[in-house]
Parts: sequence; structure tokens; C-alpha cells
Amino acid sequence: MKYMLLIYDNPDTREIFSGERGAELNATMNTIMDEITKSGELVGTQALADPSTAKSVRAGEGSPAVTDGPFAEAKEFLGGYLILDCDLERAVEVAGRWPVVGTGGIEVRAVMDGSGEEM
Amino acid sequence: MTARVDTEGLLRELTPQVLGALARRYPEQFDACEDAVQEALIDAAAQWPHEGVPNNPRGWLLAVASRRLIDDWRSESSRRRREDAVATLEPDESRLPDLEEGTPGEQDDSLRLLFLCCHPQLTSASQIALTLRAVGGLGTEEIAAAFLVPEATMAQRISRAKQTIKKSGGEFTMPAGGERAERLRAVLHVLYLIFNEGYTASSGAELRRADLSREAIRLARMVARLLPADSEVIGLLALMLLTDARRDARTDDAGDLVPLAEQDRSRWDREQIEEGVALVGAALRRGPTGPYQVQAAIAALHSEATSAEATDWPQILALYRVLDQLDPSPIVTLNRAVAVAMVEGPEAGLDLLASLDGDERLAEHHRLAAVHGHLLEMAGERDAALECFREAARLSTSLPERRYLERRAAAIAAN
Repeated sequence: MKYMLLIYDNPDTREIFSGERGAELNATMNTIMDEITKSGELVGTQALADPSTAKSVRAGEGSPAVTDGPFAEAKEFLGGYLILDCDLERAVEVAGRWPVVGTGGIEVRAVMDGSGEEM
Repeated sequence: MTARVDTEGLLRELTPQVLGALARRYPEQFDACEDAVQEALIDAAAQWPHEGVPNNPRGWLLAVASRRLIDDWRSESSRRRREDAVATLEPDESRLPDLEEGTPGEQDDSLRLLFLCCHPQLTSASQIALTLRAVGGLGTEEIAAAFLVPEATMAQRISRAKQTIKKSGGEFTMPAGGERAERLRAVLHVLYLIFNEGYTASSGAELRRADLSREAIRLARMVARLLPADSEVIGLLALMLLTDARRDARTDDAGDLVPLAEQDRSRWDREQIEEGVALVGAALRRGPTGPYQVQAAIAALHSEATSAEATDWPQILALYRVLDQLDPSPIVTLNRAVAVAMVEGPEAGLDLLASLDGDERLAEHHRLAAVHGHLLEMAGERDAALECFREAARLSTSLPERRYLERRAAAIAAN
């Protein structure tokens, strides 16, 4: 089973990561990355650019409506993701150790599978 | 083309024999032996189709793999010499495996290899990957493609699995007594998981996974040849054959799931059904009865029915009761509830289902909601059934299952 760990940051996240706690936070992150890579669980991971650079595209009348900025106006925004091939318990455990700061957090969601059991 | 396919088949068949022979000589070097055999397989796959299959293909592979192993040790020891200026042990060439065909230990080698790959310290994902590579002779790239993960991820998983075996003192020996029985159960479970990975594949990118079912059947046949008197091994092979016989009928052209009751039974593979029925019959007569045989017997009854209505449901219900005794699980109870509904009516099935309320193991499982919806619809409780199908669709993590459950909900809503 594959799970996506959606990493939610908030406007202070980058600052905290580059501040005095940065080294410790990055070390924690690197330890986890190393662990899930060597175990053969990490399927993919990407970090995303700042939400202020986003373009939001919505259905418009005749042509799509494009606006600057993130889709939803919330303090927390998607900062990046990891996809792990493991069970739910393990995915939640990894999420629990990921260094999130402030009001940030991680949402664990199953990735839909193309296979289906006979009904 | 035929020559290529034949080469591949031959190589896959020889893999456990060659690796087994090598690992028997160097039991402490399983990791390196496994890599060397993979390299020999790659050489053979490149050379044999052009140059022809050697007279003694097994000997050829063993010789090439042994040479690789020795070369690796040499370069490793010279690297260490350079780095540490310490001479390390030279490989002992007298330990090179003899290249004779069909040594007496060969059969046991394949079993030992399977037991090692299904070491209890490994996760089932690692057991599966290692079994497919070391016993099945599949390359890392093929295994990665089948499980839809990057090759690097699968390579790490296999390498970690071999390290774990080494660290936990896993040896290339035959476990004794109760441990042997336990390990055989693990092997059968791994083959069953590989089969299911392939069998549930539906369409498009998923089709490459379908090969996993054929591979699981091939490996189950191998174990059945090695242990012809084990009725659970035969039962598992029968279960795979009988289930796989429905492959073409279980999805439509769009890749959507067709439930058992609605499948075009003329598309079932009769030859495979006949073999499966004969195998499970023989296994049950020999005994002792185990869960795979009972599941195969249930599949056989479905296979022999000309329609869903003509199915021998009382007999299926009796078998689910046996299965509930042998290997109880909430999924067995779910299946039993469907059989109860077919024999005694939907209310009786719903009563049984109520016993699963509050079962943590099924709390967020779409199948409980799906079966609940099915039985409620049978009972004419359409509104409640609609809610159940919608709930099941929300909980499902499979695209084709979700589409199927949404269609069931839409069909009720439209009436």
C-alpha cells in the first residue's frame, strides 16, 4: 500500500528551519530520509515552491479563470510530500517523527490503487 | 521470439538450482552469491539467444556465477589491501562448486532458498521482493515495475532484506521441526500474496502486474513438485488455478470489475478449472485439511456452477463454517455472511454481519460496508443500502472497486 504524507507548512516554517534550531531540525529530517531510502520504502518526494508563486486555475465562463496565489486562503499550505510504500501504521509513525513546527502538520492519505478485488 | 521466451523460461527455472548450489558452498555469503547469480542470468540472457543455449546450461550459469563471485572477492581484497595495507584472505578455488548436473541436494536447495527468502525478520514486502528475485529469477527492474515503485526503491528493499538475513544469522539450512512447518506457512503466504498482487490488476499500467499471478503459479508448481505429499501446498496451487481461471471474465473492456455473479462463465478457463478441481479433490482426500484447500474447494464449487443461481450455496456455506474453524478472520465472516444470505435469506446474513460491529480490524474497511449494502439491497432496504455503498466507496483505496461501488449506489439512487 502506498501512502502520501502531505507536509503542511505555515509562513514561519522556513524561518524556523533557517534559524538557530535549523541544524537540529534538518538533521532529524535527514535521518528519516536516510532510513526510509535504505529500507526501500521511499517511492518519491518533492518540495514545493512558496505558495505566493502559485497560479490557481478555476473553471470560468468560456475560458478558465487564472488567479495569482494558492487555491485556498489558509494559514497552512502544502510545502511538499513524501510517498511511502508501507502500511498505515508505519506511515503514521514516520509522519509523527517528521520535524513539523508551529501550526504545521502532516496529513497521511492512502494513494489509490489501480487494482481491485473481485466483488 | 520463441527462442527468446524459451531462454527466459529456462533461466528462471534454473535460477533457484544455481543459486542453491552456490549458496550451499558459501552459506555465509548468500548476499554475494545472489548478486553473482543475477549477473550470470544477465550474461546468459544477452548471449544465449544469439549463440545458442549451451549443452549444460546449469553448469554454464554456475561457472559464470562462480567466476563472478571470485572476481568480486579478488577486487574486494585488493581494494582492502590498498586501503588498509592488510592482506585479506584469498578465495579458496577448491571450494568452487562442482559442475555436475543434478546433485542430490538440488531439490532441497530450492526449498532452503525459499525458506531463507521468507525469513521471519523480513517484512512481507521484502519477502516478496527477495523471493521473486532469488527464486523467481526476476530482475530488480521487472519487480519494481510490477509493484509500481522506482527501481532504486526496489534495489534498496532487496539489499536491505539480504542484510537483515545476514544480521539475524539466517542460514542456508533446512529449519527443523515446528520451525520448518512455520516457515513453510510463511512461504505459502508469500506466494499467495504475489498471486493476489497480480490477480487484482485490472487494466492499463496494471497489466504488467498480471504476470505476477503466472509467476506465483509457477513457483507454487515448483513447491508442489518438491513437496508432493503436502496437501496445503497442493491446495494453494489449486486455489490459484481456480481463481486465475476467471481472469478474463472478471473485468470488462473498460477495466471495470465484473462481480462473480455477473461474469460470462463461457470465458472461464475450463482446462485450468479441471486441473484445479482434480488437485483440490486429491488434496482433501489425503488430508489433513487446511485453509488453502477449503478456499480452493469453495472456488471449485463456484467454477462448476453454470450460473450464480445454480451454485451449491449450502455446500459453500458449510465450507465457510469449516474455514471459520480452521482460520477465523473477519474477512471469512464477511464471506460467510454472503453465503448465509444466499441459503437462509438476507436477514440471517445481516444478523451474522452485526457480530462484526465494533471489530477494530474492519472499522475502516470498505468491504464490511460493501457486503452490508449488498445484503440490505437483497432485503429491499434500499435507502440504507445506498448509504452503505456510498460509505464503502469513500473507504475504498482501489480505483476500480470505488467505481464499482459508486455504480451500485447510482443504480439504487436512479430507481
